[in-house]
Amino acid sequence: MALALQTFPTVRDANAALKVAGTRYLGGGTLVVRAANEGDVAVSGLVRSTDPALSAVEIADGRVRIGASVTMAAIARHAELGALAKAARAVGGPAVRNMATVGGNLFAPAPYGDFAVALLALDAMVSTDDGELPVETFLGGRDNSRAIVTSVSFALPKDDGFRFLKVSRIKPKGVSVLSIAVVLEQAGNGTISSARIALGCMADRPVRARAAEKALLGKTLDPNGIAAALGAAGEGTSPITDPIASAWYRAEVLPVHLGRLLLS
Amino acid sequence: MAKVPVQFTLNGSEKAEFVDSGTTLLNALRDKIGDTSPKGGCQQGTCGACSVIVDGELRLSCLTLAETCNGAAITTTSGLAEGGVLHPLQRAFLDTFATQCGFCTPGMIMAAKVLLDHTPNPSREDVVEALSGNICRCTGYEPIIQAVLTAARANSQSAA
Repeated sequence: MALALQTFPTVRDANAALKVAGTRYLGGGTLVVRAANEGDVAVSGLVRSTDPALSAVEIADGRVRIGASVTMAAIARHAELGALAKAARAVGGPAVRNMATVGGNLFAPAPYGDFAVALLALDAMVSTDDGELPVETFLGGRDNSRAIVTSVSFALPKDDGFRFLKVSRIKPKGVSVLSIAVVLEQAGNGTISSARIALGCMADRPVRARAAEKALLGKTLDPNGIAAALGAAGEGTSPITDPIASAWYRAEVLPVHLGRLLLS
Repeated sequence: MAKVPVQFTLNGSEKAEFVDSGTTLLNALRDKIGDTSPKGGCQQGTCGACSVIVDGELRLSCLTLAETCNGAAITTTSGLAEGGVLHPLQRAFLDTFATQCGFCTPGMIMAAKVLLDHTPNPSREDVVEALSGNICRCTGYEPIIQAVLTAARANSQSAA
């Protein structure tokens, strides 16, 4: 079924067009065109914006702002975003990465949305014409979000401060069993002074593992130091069951993979 | 539904058509222009059979809307042979029995062409990664990987 596409030079005009019931924003097409191809009759029209600001990457004073239309492939090859390359490459195959956007990834339902897991661990801010929201708040309300995401911004992690792991059954590429992103800061004596852990596939959207984060504070990165955090990793999660893995399996393997990532 | 004009270069030839707004590039190529080399497999971006090259980048034509490709240069597998002589990738796929049912082959060749355009002497890992978005249910992949490596060697020998 063909869908009428409206293209606007500015986000403001595109936002106005999105007020019509049944319209969806077209980013890279990997979510919304897929939905239309599957026969999702809730999609009756598409809107996009060609505003160049949506495709910009700005880095200044240790912070990065990535336009919502920037693709996973563009992030993976960006010289100054090397820390995020692994998370960007975790998304799809080469063709999907040439199309899938940062903004779209925020709306990808589990088991997809691996890059949004990274953004959650990075404590990113999500910008729309209505203002900025912490990514955790944004993800919680994304089902009712209508304003076009224009960019995400976050502090660039220090070397080795950001860790990412995607677990899949097919090598080198497959749908996630789960994904984990961790941002750690350590004090001079090696103890953990700050920890943010984000999990993919452990709910219908990326979630923080707050109990595990709390259990890491003041501990060292060794098997004894992380034991309590691994025991608490699944607290508050509600893993999905899909053809890739059951909720039970995901809950069982989460501490194993989190442990490997923390000790890597 | 209102028709919209689409105009792009397909394998070096100018093409212009009117399509329904929202028509995928895959449907425009196959049903309007008559290039049936990109295949409609899953229509979800999972199988890679519809892969084409748009302005040098591998894209899934089933998830790309034709009207977003205005002014683009599009390459499909049907445009690779020159004057009846197969492209080295096509020749290598034949020689190494990398084609069985053939449905995935055009997408595989597009993914391999982008790889070799950027990385003329790829490692086996490079090839596996480049083909990771394309599914084959016949060959077990090994002959396809060998075909791409064979084509890369043929290219480097002809360039030497």
